[in-house]
Amino acid sequence: MNIIETKTAGAQAPADLAGVVLLAPDADPLALPLEGVTRVELQFPKFTDGRAFSQALLLRRRRGFRGDIRATGDVLVDQLVQMERSGFSSAVLRADQDVAHAKRQVERYPAFYQGDVLESRPLFARFV
Amino acid sequence: MYQYTEFDRQFVKLRAAQYRDQLERNLAGQLGDDEFRPLRLQNGWYIQRYAPMLRIAVPYGEISSRQLRVLARIAREYDQPDAQLFHQAQQTQDGLGAVPVPGGGQVGSRLKVGYGHITTRLNVQFNWIPLVRSADVMDLLASVDMHGIQTSGNTIRNIATDALAGIAVDEIADPRPFCEILRQWSTLHPEFAFLPRKFKISINGAQEDRAAIGWYDVGLQLLRSDAGALGFKVLVGGGMGRTPIIGTVVRPFLPWDQLLNYLEAVIRVYNRYGRRDNAWKARIKILVKAEGQRYIDQVEEEYRQIVELDGGAHTITQAEFDRVAANFAPPALPRREHSGEDAVLRTAAQADAEYGRWLARNVKPHRDPQLRAVTLSFKRIGQAPGDATGEQLDLAAELADRFSAGEARTTHEQNLLLPWVHADDLPALWHAARKAGLARPNIGLLTDMIACPGGDFCSLANARSLPIAEAIMQRYQDLDELYDIGEIDLHMSGCINSCGHHHSGHIGILGVDKDGKEWYQVTLGGADGSDLSGPAQPGKVVGPSFSAAEVPEVVDALLETYRGLRQSVDGKPETFLATLRRVGIDPFKAAANAARLNEQQVA
Repeated sequence: MNIIETKTAGAQAPADLAGVVLLAPDADPLALPLEGVTRVELQFPKFTDGRAFSQALLLRRRRGFRGDIRATGDVLVDQLVQMERSGFSSAVLRADQDVAHAKRQVERYPAFYQGDVLESRPLFARFV
Repeated sequence: MYQYTEFDRQFVKLRAAQYRDQLERNLAGQLGDDEFRPLRLQNGWYIQRYAPMLRIAVPYGEISSRQLRVLARIAREYDQPDAQLFHQAQQTQDGLGAVPVPGGGQVGSRLKVGYGHITTRLNVQFNWIPLVRSADVMDLLASVDMHGIQTSGNTIRNIATDALAGIAVDEIADPRPFCEILRQWSTLHPEFAFLPRKFKISINGAQEDRAAIGWYDVGLQLLRSDAGALGFKVLVGGGMGRTPIIGTVVRPFLPWDQLLNYLEAVIRVYNRYGRRDNAWKARIKILVKAEGQRYIDQVEEEYRQIVELDGGAHTITQAEFDRVAANFAPPALPRREHSGEDAVLRTAAQADAEYGRWLARNVKPHRDPQLRAVTLSFKRIGQAPGDATGEQLDLAAELADRFSAGEARTTHEQNLLLPWVHADDLPALWHAARKAGLARPNIGLLTDMIACPGGDFCSLANARSLPIAEAIMQRYQDLDELYDIGEIDLHMSGCINSCGHHHSGHIGILGVDKDGKEWYQVTLGGADGSDLSGPAQPGKVVGPSFSAAEVPEVVDALLETYRGLRQSVDGKPETFLATLRRVGIDPFKAAANAARLNEQQVA
């Protein structure tokens, strides 16, 4: 997962923005045209608004999108793990977030019960 | 009981460590209170009126004696505020005044420390643990495979079921393996940790609905198809709160192995469309009510795609079901010679009326004819419904060890149930439970009431529940009278969040706020879905709300009206609810209104 601090996020050359699509939290990820798209940006208007987790998951799992899926908005270090598990590949941290704390969270759990985008099989289907 | 695997154990320990990390960042000023709030909530830590409250998960109500002893230790060593805080809290509560007990005396707020509180959703809460010690408590809990994961927050909460799961005589299939499979699937689910609102699931495995499935976000009824296949009837969109709604059947029959795939669809559609602009309209019930068939169609289509396009990775395998189900095999109890217990019991019951009552009310039949399920009553004078001191938790653990293979269950009615008691042990258990103060023979009767902690602890409450509960408890201490009133569900909530399930009470009492004072709305005829109550439905409001002082009088008046109007059916008196349904609400309304203090004064 590419964790981006806000101060570097604004420094992209305009050319980079070709192929970047913004998907609103209430938009249908299954209806999004993906041809030529290199990055889909999903928004967290508030970190407690979890719609983008479903959007990311559907883009990866059902649409088979292989480009970058980026979390923007109210992005906190404590949600990075679930973002990665839902299909996000990059995240722009809110300005006050500390990357050092992010690292610890990402490394904490070796495995989870349910399947996700990183490992589609649930735990029970892995140990047979 | 489910035995934790090494993975389960490690997982809970990592969760405790993660919580400590978050707490330390918060205390160091590196994690703001707003950002810390959902993290602590997802571990069961609320901030209440005077102190933090910890809600500990008891998955589907199963708890071991070892775990009860750790709860006892938490009660004694951690549920202890400093003297000044406690004094201040008691003084503030005293300012709210006292509630008169019909017939004499009065009851005010009497705050206690050093106890756990059994909730209607089978969890256990503590009220006085300082936040700085919260991470230590999580470590202690993890040492006995316990935690507070997703006991709060807008997540999938602790799965509920029938306290008689796996032992009931009318069971279709044991719901506990499915409860456990759901526990694992929902724990730290990456997609569903920030839903529009909290999400509660209940599973019933018996003929009788003892799990209130109509009242849940998702209610699951185990059943067999005509061909004998096991599956679920799936209800979605039930709930209490400001808008009480009974769940809609979205699937009459779902094969058991599709449970996780189907719930993924149910919750994903909710996550997308559930309202996020207004917390009062954010529960799934509002979405299902607003969208009706369109919601069901979307779920079915999403489910189809999960299975057909995504590959249905969470289809439950027979091997996994068998692995989990093996945990719930009955404990190996020493078989005994049948002692002709029935005759022994009858003789003893005739000799001691209270023992006879205890057998009739607190002891239930068991699938194994040699065994019984015994409820320890946590409804007694001087203690709030469901409260258990450290000493009582230790005593309950001892009773579980001596009489019930070390296992107990928390119940929806805020008691503890011992599921594996040999019939021959009933006299010994009766004596031991009575000595412990846990043998009050009132299960299913008026004083076995449900009440939330209310305005004595909860920052959401509009009014106090506990002094009202205590006033009613004191008024109805006479067992002859209590038995004459018969089976009745009295449910009390301190606010519209409905933690005390007032909507499903035959008599429901709801705290409301009017001009900053405590008032109470009374409802009649609610039902949780049990055989006694009939199909789940909300009660009807009796009229304008009553003052705190009036409420015990109103309850008194309602019960008097019932006793005056009831008929005998097959030589047995009708229940309160049967009379209410037969004659209608009007005479009860009139009696309740006549109990208003100003009307009495006018008259």
